[in-house]
Amino acid sequence: MKRRESLKALTLSSFGIAAVNPQELLSEQRDLQKAMAAEEVEIPGGRTKEEAVYDAKLMSETFFTPAELTTLTVLSDIIIPADEKSGSASQSGVPQFIEFMVKDQPRWQTPFRGGLRWLDLESQKRFGKIFTKCTSKEQLQIVDDIAYPSTAKPEMSQGVAFFNTMRNFTATGFFSSEIGIKDIGYMGNTPNQWDGVPADVLKQYGLSYD
Amino acid sequence: MSFQIKEQPTVFDVCIVGSGAGGGMAAYQLAKAGAKVALLEAGGYYDPADPKYITQLKWPWESPRRGASTPFRSFGDFDAAWGGWDLDGEPYTHKGGTEFDWFRSRMLGGRTNHWGRISLRFGPNDFKRKSVDGLGDDWPISYDDVKPYYDQVDKLIGVFGEAANLPNDPDSIFLPPPKPRLHELMIKKAGKSVNIPVIPARLSILTKPINEDRGSCFYCHQCNRGCQAYADFSSSSVLVKPSLKTGNVTLLTNAMVREVLTDQTTGLATGVSYVDKEKLTEHTIKAKIVVLAASACESSRLLLNSKSPRFPNGLANSSGIVGKYLHDSTGASRSAFMPMLMDRKRYNEDGVGGMHVYTPWWLDNKKLDFPRGYHIEYGGGMGMPGYGFGWGMENTNGKYAGPDGKMKTGGGYGASLKNDYRRFYGASIGMSGRGEAVAREDNYCEIDPNVVDKFGIPVLRFHYKWSDYEVKQAKHMQDTFEEIIHALGGIPNGSKPGPENDYGLAAPGRIIHEVGTVRMGNDPKSSALNKYSQAHDVKNVFVVDGGSFVSQADKNPTWTILALSWRASDYIIDQVKQKNL
Repeated sequence: MKRRESLKALTLSSFGIAAVNPQELLSEQRDLQKAMAAEEVEIPGGRTKEEAVYDAKLMSETFFTPAELTTLTVLSDIIIPADEKSGSASQSGVPQFIEFMVKDQPRWQTPFRGGLRWLDLESQKRFGKIFTKCTSKEQLQIVDDIAYPSTAKPEMSQGVAFFNTMRNFTATGFFSSEIGIKDIGYMGNTPNQWDGVPADVLKQYGLSYD
Repeated sequence: MSFQIKEQPTVFDVCIVGSGAGGGMAAYQLAKAGAKVALLEAGGYYDPADPKYITQLKWPWESPRRGASTPFRSFGDFDAAWGGWDLDGEPYTHKGGTEFDWFRSRMLGGRTNHWGRISLRFGPNDFKRKSVDGLGDDWPISYDDVKPYYDQVDKLIGVFGEAANLPNDPDSIFLPPPKPRLHELMIKKAGKSVNIPVIPARLSILTKPINEDRGSCFYCHQCNRGCQAYADFSSSSVLVKPSLKTGNVTLLTNAMVREVLTDQTTGLATGVSYVDKEKLTEHTIKAKIVVLAASACESSRLLLNSKSPRFPNGLANSSGIVGKYLHDSTGASRSAFMPMLMDRKRYNEDGVGGMHVYTPWWLDNKKLDFPRGYHIEYGGGMGMPGYGFGWGMENTNGKYAGPDGKMKTGGGYGASLKNDYRRFYGASIGMSGRGEAVAREDNYCEIDPNVVDKFGIPVLRFHYKWSDYEVKQAKHMQDTFEEIIHALGGIPNGSKPGPENDYGLAAPGRIIHEVGTVRMGNDPKSSALNKYSQAHDVKNVFVVDGGSFVSQADKNPTWTILALSWRASDYIIDQVKQKNL
C-alpha cells in the first residue's frame, strides 16, 4: 500500500481525537505494550507478529537433554548416513529439527522421550550400557529388531513404533534441508518457463502432446 | 466500563463488509463508478509483493517446522492465508452432535489468498436444479443473466483453459493453458481408455499478461503463497489494490463488524458498528448502502445479530431463512503409487500453482443413484519436499523390487533406505472429487444463545448432516478413482474407503465452498435476497458473497461470486441513478 493510502486508513481508524476516557487510555496503553513487545522480537518477512513471537518463544526453550540429543543424532545418522551423494541426517540438522518440532507439536514429546528411554532400557538389558555407549555393531543389533515392522517380534512393537516415528522425522528433516533438496534432485522453486515434459522423457514413456 | 462509541462524521455512499472475492469486486466496481466506499476488513493488510508478507520462493528450511501447519496458518507456514479452522478467541459451536468445520481467513483478500484458483462457470443446469431433478430449488436467474458478467470477469481477471463446448461447463474467454505434466499426460491417456474426459484445467492464473499492473506466471507452483507478480487472482492484489487507486475507497483493516445499524422509522440500514481489533475501541460507520461480503456464514451471522424492535429475527430475515440451506461441496480423495515413475529423470515440473488438467462431470445423473455430479482434481509430480515428505516409507518400500530386482522387507535404515526415498520421489499421484450437495433447510447455522467471541459478539452454532445423496456420490467417486488408478497402472494407497466412513466423504466445511445461507429468490417468504442480491426486507442492504447462492454446483464458487457481485454492483449503480436507492 502506498504511504498516502495507509495514512488514510490510519487516520480513519484512529480518528485523532485525544479524548480522555478510561477506554481510550487503556487502548493507548495496549498500543504501547504492543510496540514494546514488537521491539523485543524481530519479525521476519512472511511472518505475522503472532507467529514471530510464538516461534521466538519456542526457540528460547529446550526440550531434549544433551544425552537425548546425542542419541537422536546417532539414530538419525543410522537412518540416513552420509554416502557418495550427500551428507548425513545430523549434518543436515535433523536433531535440531526434531527438537523444534516436539516443542511446536507437543503431542510428539512423550513418544520421543519415552521411545529414547525404551531404547536405553533395551540396550541396558542386552549390553549393560545405554545406547550411545554401545559399539555400532551392538547398536545395529537393536535397530535390526525394530526397523522392519512386518517381521519384528511382537515384544519389540513399542520399539518398532518409535523407530517408525524416528524414521519419518529423519526423512522429512533431511529431505527438506538444503542438503536433502539437492540430494533428491528437486529442481524447481525458481522463476522459469514451463514448456512441457522434456522430449527424451516423453519418448521414454511413449507419450506425446499430439 | 463505559464505552465511547466513536462515530465517523462522514456518510459514505456504500459500506462494504469483507474484502474477499465478493467485497473486492463490489469495492472496485462501485469506486470506479464514483461512489465513496468504506471497505471494512476484519483482518490485517496484506500484499504478496511486500517483503513483509512474502512467502513465495522460500525454501522449506527457512521455516523451522519446514512448512508444517500451525494454529496461525492451517495450511502451513508458507501458505498465504492467515487463520484456518480455529481462530483464537473466535469459537463456533455445533448442535445435535453434527459436524461443520468453518475456515476463516481474516486478512485483506480473505480466502482468495488460499484457494486453488479453479475458476469454473456454473452451467445452464446449475441455475435450475429443481427443474432438472426435482430437488432443492431453482435460482431466480438463469445462465443467460450471468453470462455477460462471467465474460467481463474473464477479461478483467484472466483465466486459462481450452474451449471444450460442454453443455453444462461453459467455456470462458480463455488464456492459453499450460501443457500437462508427465503424470497428467498419463491421466489423460488413462481417462481416454475408460471414457472419463480429462481436459485442460481452468485456473485464474495469467499465462499471458493482460494489463500493466500484473505480470504473468513464472511457474513456481506456489499460487497458494500469494504471487509477487500478481499473476494469479486474489481479491487483495487484483481488486482491492486497483479500487484504492481510484481514491474513492477508505480501507479499514482490523475492523470486526458487530452488526448492521438500522433506522427504526424508515426500516433502512444506516451503516454498521465495528470493533477495532487492535485498539479494542468501538466505532460506527454511516453509509447509504450496506453491502455484506463477509463470507456466507459470517454475513448470515451479521444479519442474525442485527436485531432490533423492527427486525426481531435479525435483519433481512422476515422469512426466517437466513442461516438455512447452508451447504458445502462434497469431497473425497484417493492417492496411488505409480511404479512406472520410479527412478524418474529430474527436471523442473513445478508448473502453475495447481493442476494442468481436470475432469468435469461427465455422466448423466438420471442413470445413477445420486442426483448431482462432481469434478475431479489431480495432483502429483516432483514437488518441493517439505514437512511430511517421506512419511510412511515402511508401508511402501517393501512392496516394490529394489534396483537389484530383489524384494526386501519394508522399513529399514541406512544407505539402501536413503536410496529408496530418491527412487520413490515423484512417483505418487492423488485425485479428489468435488461434488454438488443438495441444499437442505435443516442444514443451517444460527446464533448460539449462550456463547460469545472475545469481542462479545454472539457466535454461530452449526447443524449439518450429509444425506444419502452425498454419501452415494462419494461412493461413486471412490469407484471412479480406482478405475482411473487401475487404467493408469497405478496401485491405490491404503484400503478403499467404505460405508464405515461414508466412503471418505470429508466433513462439511472442509472443502471451504460453503454457500446458501442468505439465498436469493423471487418469493420473499422463502428467500432473503432478490435476484440482484438485494435484501427483500431492506432495500439498501445487499449480500455479495456465497451466501446468495441457491445451490452450489459441482464447480468452485469463486467465479460465480465475482460475477454476481459485479451484477449486484451494476444494479446498485442503476438504482442510485434512478433514485430508488
